[in-house]
Amino acid sequence: MTKILMIAFMMIFTQNYVLVQFLAICPFLGVSQKFDSCIGMSGAVIFVMTLASAVTWLIYTYIMVPLGLAYLSTIIFILVIAALVQFVEIFLKKFIKPLYSALGVYLPLITTNCAVLAVTLLNISENYNLVESCVDGFSAGVGFGLALVLFCGVRKALERARPPKSWEGLPITLAAAALTSMTFMGFAGIADKLFG
Amino acid sequence: MNPVLIAVLVLGGISALCALLLVLASKYMAVPVDEKFPALRGCLPGANCGACGYAGCDGYANALAAGEELKTNKCVAGGTDVAVALAETLGVEAEAVAEVNAYVLCSGSCEVTKKRAEFQGAQTCAAAKLLFGGDGACGYGCLGYGDCAAVCHEHAINLVNGVARINDLRCMGCGACARTCPQHIIAVLPKEIDVFVGCSNHDRGPAVKAVCSAGCIGCGLCAKKCPSGAITLLNNLPKVDYDKCTGCTVCTEVCPVKCIHLGNKV
Repeated sequence: MTKILMIAFMMIFTQNYVLVQFLAICPFLGVSQKFDSCIGMSGAVIFVMTLASAVTWLIYTYIMVPLGLAYLSTIIFILVIAALVQFVEIFLKKFIKPLYSALGVYLPLITTNCAVLAVTLLNISENYNLVESCVDGFSAGVGFGLALVLFCGVRKALERARPPKSWEGLPITLAAAALTSMTFMGFAGIADKLFG
Repeated sequence: MNPVLIAVLVLGGISALCALLLVLASKYMAVPVDEKFPALRGCLPGANCGACGYAGCDGYANALAAGEELKTNKCVAGGTDVAVALAETLGVEAEAVAEVNAYVLCSGSCEVTKKRAEFQGAQTCAAAKLLFGGDGACGYGCLGYGDCAAVCHEHAINLVNGVARINDLRCMGCGACARTCPQHIIAVLPKEIDVFVGCSNHDRGPAVKAVCSAGCIGCGLCAKKCPSGAITLLNNLPKVDYDKCTGCTVCTEVCPVKCIHLGNKV
């Protein structure tokens, strides 16, 4: 139980994929303008990451390891994730239409979202079991959502600010992203003390 | 068995499974696309201005295709041409679009009215309005920070001497500015009108005189002199009935503060 809590805490705070490990920066900057699309995007990412963690762990443990194909993990995981995202897209289009139109072009971006692949590969290299892998995927998604929602608030404040002309738009956004990321550096070391 | 063969078989097998899943999903979760939608969407101008009351052109086209919306003349930006094209696609009778324009109901330029405070916050009307109702001496008038100009798709609004002014040639009547203005002083009126009242101050004469020399003092002279009885005084402001107005423009001449302006038609 302690280990599961520790994984969740690490993935959300100390090892946050976006703000500490700098993965998935593209959707982080692309979708964080509106609160609604932040929530939608993180929901989709949480769903895909959890599912991808479970499916890839099963494939790795029961198919790839017995057949000595561990070296193929990257390529097979990419394949499985791509198919999963496609499936989520079809599912949303049919059952949750507003979310589908809100996410629009960003949904296919999850396919190439490096954070999803990173989660699945990390599960293998850390020797997690199935439950731990799922928790890892879920909390990595939650961490992604947290970063997105926090940064959405920062961007709301940026809209009201008047930076110098040359800083308007993307430059000030990137500077704000750097500062947001530095606040997360403050969590470093907490996990060891809490659960060690 | 040959390790290369195993790798190929396993990878191929997983790919085939994924493909099968996707094929089944797209078969059983397919969303029927209305074949009328692309044709209807093609008729619309694509400005996504929201004047029809839907969230963008896609929304209006969807509603038309699904039969939830029966009127084809809701696209103000596209005008009668678009209404006819939509009606032909749907096979119904076309109705003319009532063409409208936005009008700024305020004449409070820098020469005729003053600021009562120096506002240093975010330079938008919405922010200025939050601070004690704005920095203008007249609590009803144009704040002059240009929220309307910022929201206008067609760049039809300019700030002239501290007051928003609409370029009639560019305005397509979507009303985005009217919805944005925190003072609610932009009105969407018929495109072809002879006169409009350029003031929104409901206060009585002396109070208006104290803050703006071009504001309506509510004297009612326009209502008295109007030969067709199209003007009535409502809450200290003249109200023009455009069905009765004949376009004689007597009101613009008799107004002591000249706050009734000529419209597009003249």
